[in-house]
Amino acid sequence: MKDIGWKVGGKQGEGIDSTGEIYALAMHRLGYFVFTYRHFMSLIKGGHTNYKIRVADDMVRHHGDDTHVLIAFDQATVDHNWGELVDGAIVIYDQSSFQATPPTAANVHLFGVPLTDIARETGGPIMKNMVAIGVTAAINEISPEEFRPIVEDKFSRKGQKVVDSNMEALRRGHAYYQEHFQVHFPVPAKPVLAAGADHLYASGNQATAFGALAGGCRVLAAYPITPATEIMYWVLKYFPKYGGVVLQAEDEISAINMAIGANFAGARAMTSTSGPGFSLMMEALGLAGMSETPVVIVDVQRSGPSTGLPTKTEQSDLNEALYGTHGEIQRIVLTPRTVEECFLFVADAFNLAERYQCPVIVLSDLYLGMSYQSIAGFPLDRVRIDRGKLVADADLVGLSPFQYQRYDPSVPDGISPRALPGQPNGRYTALGNEHNGIGLEVEDLETRVVQVDKRARKLSGFKHESGVSVDGDANARFAFIGFGSTYGVLEEARARLAAEGVIVKHIHFSRVGPFPTEPLHEAMAGVDRALVVELNSTGQLASLIRQHAGYHDKLASCLKYNGDPILCKEIISRSHEVFPAEVLNA
Amino acid sequence: MITMKDFKTEKATWCPGCGDFGVLNALQKAAVDLGIHPDDIVVVSGIGCSGKISQHFGSYGFHSLHGRSLPVAQAVKLANKDLTVIAAGGDGDGFGIGMGHFIHAMRRNVDITYVVMDNHIYGLTTGQASPTSDVGFNTKTSPYGTVEAPIHPIQLALAQECGFVAQGFSGNIKQLTQLIEKAIWHKGFSFVNVFSPCVTFNKVNTYDFYKHELVNLDDDDTYDPHDRSAALARVTGRENVVVGLIYEDTTRSSFEDATYGFPEEAIAKRDWALSREELAELAATFR
Ligand SMILES: Cc1ncc(C[n+]2csc(CCOP(=O)(O)OP(=O)(O)O)c2C)c(N)n1
Ligand code: SF4
Ligand SMILES: [Mg+2]
Repeated sequence: MKDIGWKVGGKQGEGIDSTGEIYALAMHRLGYFVFTYRHFMSLIKGGHTNYKIRVADDMVRHHGDDTHVLIAFDQATVDHNWGELVDGAIVIYDQSSFQATPPTAANVHLFGVPLTDIARETGGPIMKNMVAIGVTAAINEISPEEFRPIVEDKFSRKGQKVVDSNMEALRRGHAYYQEHFQVHFPVPAKPVLAAGADHLYASGNQATAFGALAGGCRVLAAYPITPATEIMYWVLKYFPKYGGVVLQAEDEISAINMAIGANFAGARAMTSTSGPGFSLMMEALGLAGMSETPVVIVDVQRSGPSTGLPTKTEQSDLNEALYGTHGEIQRIVLTPRTVEECFLFVADAFNLAERYQCPVIVLSDLYLGMSYQSIAGFPLDRVRIDRGKLVADADLVGLSPFQYQRYDPSVPDGISPRALPGQPNGRYTALGNEHNGIGLEVEDLETRVVQVDKRARKLSGFKHESGVSVDGDANARFAFIGFGSTYGVLEEARARLAAEGVIVKHIHFSRVGPFPTEPLHEAMAGVDRALVVELNSTGQLASLIRQHAGYHDKLASCLKYNGDPILCKEIISRSHEVFPAEVLNA
Repeated sequence: MITMKDFKTEKATWCPGCGDFGVLNALQKAAVDLGIHPDDIVVVSGIGCSGKISQHFGSYGFHSLHGRSLPVAQAVKLANKDLTVIAAGGDGDGFGIGMGHFIHAMRRNVDITYVVMDNHIYGLTTGQASPTSDVGFNTKTSPYGTVEAPIHPIQLALAQECGFVAQGFSGNIKQLTQLIEKAIWHKGFSFVNVFSPCVTFNKVNTYDFYKHELVNLDDDDTYDPHDRSAALARVTGRENVVVGLIYEDTTRSSFEDATYGFPEEAIAKRDWALSREELAELAATFR
């Protein structure tokens, strides 16, 4: 795999996002595999923001540690990103507005280009972004014309003149660089895409929304929150066409109660949120558990606690997803590893929720949710709709009112068939109070135990997908263990260590509840030492593994919680500390 | 023919004489009068003595969380528009912990009916001050009398341009039944606040009090329930004793009617599976 890292940075509100988008999409459409990561802040104007695009000739699931080309619209961008520049990197700074100074001595080409001045000559200072893309085209040794389709896509509804002036800005940037500088970072040779494979550009949030629609979800109730709001946007675009409804709730308490109500009524409904909203949902999560109402909750995690770092990533809601709400309920917690799994798991979450009549929580995060990347298609053929146990009308015929046992405790697997409002003779009251078989609120001690046990049976012996994936040599004595969005970077770290001669297997959780104990034991066979990599400060996954499976003497942690996504080199350097030298050198 | 027998359930567990019996009765009578089968009704209640109504009414029900009947009820209706959906609960449930949902439900205007059993007290938790308790009212949590000004649900609803606002008394089941029928009939969100005495914990807002004090707007031929500012003027300062249809606006579109692309057919009854072609078409939007 060959790749280059490109980054544009400046003040928020300066068009950094659209510059990144144009470059990323252009590279994607040229057939490359891209992965993007947006570094931004919780304010609208000002503050440093940057957009990193990794362009590769094969699938990448990480934005990469290195930057080869940096476009800087201010000195802060130079300072902030200096450390990740490769030897011989090119920094293009906007000479029209400042004179860049290197923060430390380094082998970096610091090239001034009057981006804003050139832009003024072609249509206006905001065009500086297009000039920068032109400069990039020159560095990458691609013709400016390759960008025309994207420019037309983006600007044609504003008229041909706007398209022309943007193309002109791009050409001028290209020409200026060609004229003044000789250093280049050509993009790798174009990949040949596998026959029949698609080449799509999507974020985890979009995939989540698409998965919901594909999985039969037709009600989304949510309250805006970074980094989950994009799910609403996508759904809003397509639900009207497919007969769904989006509710912008007054708060997340309302959102989850709405999702519960709609599911109770027989629709498939979901709520999407992030940490603060997820916290507000805890009481209703218990209601879904107790009333045995299916519901799907997507938590796109961000740095907590409280408001935390609203625009930064973290994997710290694991415990909350597994244990949140008072009392004890049954729940399923899925942790998609990739954009494709966001799609598939969310679609399948509705099946699980209906099959087990309990809440299903899908834990995504800012990094997975908001990063756009090239993928080879969605697993469309794996989408199923399975509604679980619903009472057939025929089974209700002849029943007198309140004979139907919605919460029949005698069913062996604990899953008693649901009637849906409107079904003749199926009347019952769903409730969060403890209840008897027909759904009457009771406080007698015996019924309580019977019903608790009934609900517990639903997930005992839970069988679904294994929940644990293993990549690499099955006999390896070292292992990485992770969950969710770190899959891509761990795969890269595994490959890097393999190149050093260190054989590591990569164990990754795509479900943490019910905990896949057996698959983990199988995966851990032969492992002497495992590095549990997670983006939180207390090692929540490592604790969970110890609780369910042991391995107290074998686990070490690699933790990151400053809000930035973890880098490959950080995992490698921690590996060197943790995996004993004699084995590393063996 | 739907009769009261179709709504028969086990005897309600309220204290003898509790106003909520009257509300239950009026609700059932309204359903019978309108000929709605209990299989096609969902009563969603919150938590409180009043919240038990979903268990006693005899239809499908959802006895939800304290203060959360409205979010659940709105979504039930949106998921299956063929159902008649009634949200019900207490004054603490609706105007305390659930107040935010009340205001937003009026904004949203989903076609459901909201019945509040307003006894000016927290009944189930055995007698604490409620958001509608009068200033100076002595309760377990206000031993020196409440100092907070009461919520005025009717004025609030009028200010929020709620499309249907009525107030009833559980001691006048005939009128209450009519009000509830009109409320159910109304397209969009309808609100019926009911004085429903708590005979155990509230010795001020009693049946006797209401029998003497109530002013019935339905008896007043000069009152026009379609004039919102007149309604506001009429109830201001006396909303505690006014009953009847206070305001109705039949021109506002419901959420369902106003929402772009809202499906004609009940969502819960549709087949949601997308064909392979539809999925591929959606996937292609990501190219
Ligand atoms: C989140 C939460 N907080 C507190 C309670 C305890 N609680 C139950 S009912 C109630 C108040 C009931 O008053 P109201 O809503 O007026 O109903 P009433 O009993 O008077 O009919 C309270 C505080 C609860 N069930 N849930
Ligand atoms: S305590 Fe009051 S509100 Fe509750 S059942 Fe008794 S009378 Fe009714
Ligand atoms: Mg009360």
